[in-house]
Amino acid sequence: MSLVFAGICSHAPGITGRARLADPAAKDAFHAAFYAMGDELRATRPDALIVIGAEHFGNFFMNNMPAFAIGMADGYEGPIEDPKWIGIERTRVPGQADLSKRVITEAMQTVDVAFAEEWKFDHAIAVPLHFLTPDYDLPVIPCNINCQGPPLTPLHRAWAFGEALRRAADKATERIAIVATGGISHWPATPDSGRINAEWDREFLARWSRNDQAALLSYTDAQTYRDAGQGGFEIRTFIALAAAARGQGTVRHCAQIPIFAVSCTIGVMEIA
Amino acid sequence: MSLYGTQKFLYHLNRDPRVQERYRSDRGALLAEYELSDEERSAIDRGDIGLIYVLGANGQLLMHFAAYLGMPWPDYIQAMRDGVAKHGPVRAGIYAMTTEMDERVAGV
Repeated sequence: MSLVFAGICSHAPGITGRARLADPAAKDAFHAAFYAMGDELRATRPDALIVIGAEHFGNFFMNNMPAFAIGMADGYEGPIEDPKWIGIERTRVPGQADLSKRVITEAMQTVDVAFAEEWKFDHAIAVPLHFLTPDYDLPVIPCNINCQGPPLTPLHRAWAFGEALRRAADKATERIAIVATGGISHWPATPDSGRINAEWDREFLARWSRNDQAALLSYTDAQTYRDAGQGGFEIRTFIALAAAARGQGTVRHCAQIPIFAVSCTIGVMEIA
Repeated sequence: MSLYGTQKFLYHLNRDPRVQERYRSDRGALLAEYELSDEERSAIDRGDIGLIYVLGANGQLLMHFAAYLGMPWPDYIQAMRDGVAKHGPVRAGIYAMTTEMDERVAGV
């Protein structure tokens, strides 16, 4: 079996933690789209969910920063943030070490991947799971791309990582869903939090939707930092997802909610 | 500049409840374990979010120190603005302020 579902979503901690500060109608519409993505994902009856996240020093730090990491445990904890601050209770999320090991082993044929038998989920994974698998009953294989501590993983390597995950999924017997999480343009954790470049986001999502590899990989980090902020570096996860799915994407929801700091995005991609 | 030491402290504080407890009960000895300048040590000791922001700490690390100190979101955002007003632009890292001092893009 191979991939049965592929999608992208936002992961900003404000989506849950600052929900009460948002315009109620905008918040409700986005949360509904997020839950609907979860319904669509689970309807494909996956055995496991690969989450490509861009974590924020929950586990990986500048003392030993991997360009890529994949979890290899039978369970994970999260969220690492204060539950009241993020608005999500701390819980244990099932993993599947054996499947992780097979995915890592195959991915390593072309991409140097760090593996982790311990992993505390931060909002990059905890916020999406809150909506996508609210009962925490689907084993998760967490993946990380370094989008935080420069030197960052190059975009073309993020693409190669997605290709490697696809190859690994094709070799597995399980039905696998894959979701990438991140912001597009945003300036989080600064006084600018809430600044959004909606036009840049539309252009990026257009490139993503048509799975235009050359256009997706043409951004330089200097351009992204200027036009989309340091949060824009997280486009790496959406790029990896496009490489894994290979199909055309559809953006189901994209609305700017400044108190959440991002264009709140939900998208799915055909698996080709 | 020992920004790395500041960020390493924040990393440990954010993920380890024992470090959180020691910050409250044994702060001097805790901070002695990190390579910090006097300015950095003083800023961490006082919970001076604005100055730590200006010194260049990664926002994703600093954000949780503010939450740990009990700062509501609007106060945390304002503390960073106040830090820039008092100490000047962010000196390192990738979390510089790009909006104007009175530009509240998210209403806070």
